[in-house]
Amino acid sequence: SLAGFGSLMQDVLWCFSQVKGTIDTGVTEADIISTVEFNHTGELLATGDKGGRVVIFQREQESKNQPHRRGEYNVYSTFQSHEPEFDYLKSLEIEEKINKIRWLPQQNAAYFLLSTNDKTVKLWKVSERDKRPEGYNLKDEDGRLRDPSMITVLRVPVLRPMDLMVEATPRRVFANAHTYHINSISVNSDYETYMSADDLRINLWNFEITNQSFNIVDIKPANMEELTEVITAAEFHPHHCNTFVYSSSKGTIRLCDMRTAALCDRHAKFFEEPEDPSNRSFFSEIISSISDVKFSHSGRYIMTRDYLTVKVWDLNMENRPIETYQVHDYLRSKLCSLYENDCIFDKFECVWNGSDSVIMTGSYNNFFRMFDRNTKRDVTLEASRENSKPRAILKPRKVCVGGKRRKDEISVDSLDFSKKILHTAWHPSENIIAVAATNNLYIFQDKVN
Amino acid sequence: MAAPLGTGAFTEETGQEKQDAQEKDRAVPPERAEEAKLKAKYPNLGQKPGGSDFLMKRLQKGQKYFDSGDYNMAKAKMKNKQLPSAGPDKNLVTGDHIPTPQDLPQRKSSLVTSKLAG
Repeated sequence: SLAGFGSLMQDVLWCFSQVKGTIDTGVTEADIISTVEFNHTGELLATGDKGGRVVIFQREQESKNQPHRRGEYNVYSTFQSHEPEFDYLKSLEIEEKINKIRWLPQQNAAYFLLSTNDKTVKLWKVSERDKRPEGYNLKDEDGRLRDPSMITVLRVPVLRPMDLMVEATPRRVFANAHTYHINSISVNSDYETYMSADDLRINLWNFEITNQSFNIVDIKPANMEELTEVITAAEFHPHHCNTFVYSSSKGTIRLCDMRTAALCDRHAKFFEEPEDPSNRSFFSEIISSISDVKFSHSGRYIMTRDYLTVKVWDLNMENRPIETYQVHDYLRSKLCSLYENDCIFDKFECVWNGSDSVIMTGSYNNFFRMFDRNTKRDVTLEASRENSKPRAILKPRKVCVGGKRRKDEISVDSLDFSKKILHTAWHPSENIIAVAATNNLYIFQDKVN
Repeated sequence: MAAPLGTGAFTEETGQEKQDAQEKDRAVPPERAEEAKLKAKYPNLGQKPGGSDFLMKRLQKGQKYFDSGDYNMAKAKMKNKQLPSAGPDKNLVTGDHIPTPQDLPQRKSSLVTSKLAG
């Protein structure tokens, strides 16, 4: 047995744990999940949706009586983070869709997260209240003011227990700093600053200051006719607070060091894989556009997702990725129709597991893929209601690319392109994953015993 | 019993060897074949595909143009005729089309609690 070598993918059997959301025949657009994120301990799991709402789930304490219910996630708090807006000055409709949620590390009893739509970032505080003061002098228990002249005795208010209440309050609103649409936010390892990135600019904020931000990257050309690429994602290094990366629509990644200059338009490192010119086609640039970039937990690698592949890059090697994984290469011969139905512009995200040994990303037909970096083996799993019996083991799926289709395989032409897994999350230290399938959230865990 | 894990999804850093091996038998790589299909359907497709057009559309997301002055003048000019209605892609700014209040999507009313919390 290879148990001593950490969680190798073939040792893990993924099981259905929970599914959140309803089984509607028609999906209300507001219910489409747009971001999923565990907090740093994995105790909390947050989702954001197109309707601007955030739902936070909390893992229940493990019970000795029910060892196989390994800590289920239950609703902890839900609130309306963003509302639809109309910028009358610019004739711009601003969606309330939550593009990203990022947690701050926990520093006291309260939880803090950043949520953003296209234009505005908000810092939310989520805290518990289980006591309330009773016995005020100037107001009675219903809150009605008492006539001071009628008070003859003074008492000291005392704190009495109450039913647990979880409150979410907006502590900061970081607005009016982005002309273009925010695609990323990233909390710095100094826990004092964070960045927000739009198509052309990246801004650095201090959590305490909402009326100012520093512009640290600006790729807007003087003449917009000369525009050739946009920023697609950005992230701070997990340990070095001066370092961040951003990816582009041309498939490149730039690493910047904030110590070198106030405006980091000149990169410290430039990651690009050379292209084979004989392979170039109309679609080449579109499918090379990077939709997500993530540092490994170690900080040694970055992972990028483009339309057909996931790539792992070593920070010390700029001229090509060290690993390339094919997510759904069979789509290469479907690019024409994927362009016509706009699917070619779908932005898939990618995630590392806690030990950086396995990477995961979504695909179509509610399939998602995992790649073991050590064994080079991969698996395709499906998030579906059919596989939703408690602790049911997920059976690997296979897409048939031509020739004889086996009984349990699915042909490329039968794939449902409206069922996209764009957002997934992996618990920071355990084999628990959250997979957003349109308006449903699936939670899978590895098999216990 | 679990099916065997997939093979061949990992490729060495030298590139798309797996893809190339399959293509040796074909005259045209799949991407090029798809490109030919697209150009056959849309002969006027621009030569600079990844360039400005896509990016400008991305940057213009959410832009809704409505000028009440233009609208009223157009209405006055065309008193007896129908106003041109919006084409299939309402998001593209076109010179001749005057947006009408009917074209603009409804502002959303306040929302209910997420069904994930139900």
